[in-house]
Amino acid sequence: MKSLRFILPLGIFAALVFVLWRGLSLNPSEVPSPLIDKPAPSFTLTRLDDAGKTLARDDMLGKVWVLNVWASWCVACREEHPLLVEFARSKSVPIIGLNYKDKRPDGLGWLSQFGNPYDASVFDGEGKVGIDFGVYGVPETFIIDKRGVVRYKQIGPLTPEIIKTRVQPLLKELNA
Amino acid sequence: MRKWQLGWLACALLSLCALSALAKEAAPAVADPALEARMLRITSELRCLVCQNQTIADSHADLAVDLREQVRSMLRQGASDRQIYDYMTQRYGDFVLYRPPLKRTTWLLWFGPGVLLVGGVVTLILVLRKRSHLSDDQFEPDELDDDKEGLRP
Repeated sequence: MKSLRFILPLGIFAALVFVLWRGLSLNPSEVPSPLIDKPAPSFTLTRLDDAGKTLARDDMLGKVWVLNVWASWCVACREEHPLLVEFARSKSVPIIGLNYKDKRPDGLGWLSQFGNPYDASVFDGEGKVGIDFGVYGVPETFIIDKRGVVRYKQIGPLTPEIIKTRVQPLLKELNA
Repeated sequence: MRKWQLGWLACALLSLCALSALAKEAAPAVADPALEARMLRITSELRCLVCQNQTIADSHADLAVDLREQVRSMLRQGASDRQIYDYMTQRYGDFVLYRPPLKRTTWLLWFGPGVLLVGGVVTLILVLRKRSHLSDDQFEPDELDDDKEGLRP
């Protein structure tokens, strides 16, 4: 009983330290997406390079694919871009760009200036599809499986680390 | 420059400022005040994800502006409050709600403070009870002030 008087506060203190320390390593701006393991929101949008052609979510059924949300006004997208261009060279997965709240000439100019990693980009000038996908911090990246279900969401720029440890293993698993 | 010239210049500048201030005050008139009020009531319960300490009603972030417009158009189509909150949580999760729903994962959030308070009060009562049963010689005697007066530095 006597020793409990010392161990109990020490235990509570240790638990508190653990909780606070854990809190330090969490990123409060990363909100877990409710879309994970749910069907990707349906969309039909015109292509960025051709307003006469459309691309829909259902066109991608049967394929594992990556949806990358980007905009010419987005500084972090520029940071992410070289990595995406390099990743696209591997041709391991179709990458669809969602050009979010942009202007067509700006978006096209951006791609011709910095390179185009996308198999196609679709144009979401009003950001309606962005809202359906719960986009709030461009760039964002979604991995969608063959049945059209969202399996992963990255908020903010991809990094070589994330591609290696999260994206590639998941693509491998989904394509198996 | 002479004094009177400076005075005129200051006057001219001030009137310019006043004019531009007036120009800014003129906000576009709201077409439907009732709808706007309802929209503001709903969005002030929703967290803006870009600047998380602000409500969607308060925030000037682009996304918040878009979401306010979205709520307006949903209200025009006759959506209920419930439908709008559902629309938001489907996209952004429970995190957008300033009043999180009561479910298993939020039990700690809702009841944690109450449990801590009750635990604290119970501990306090137990300690005080125990102390009231102790005999006087278990406590250090109170210091007597009056007869030690002379010894104080």
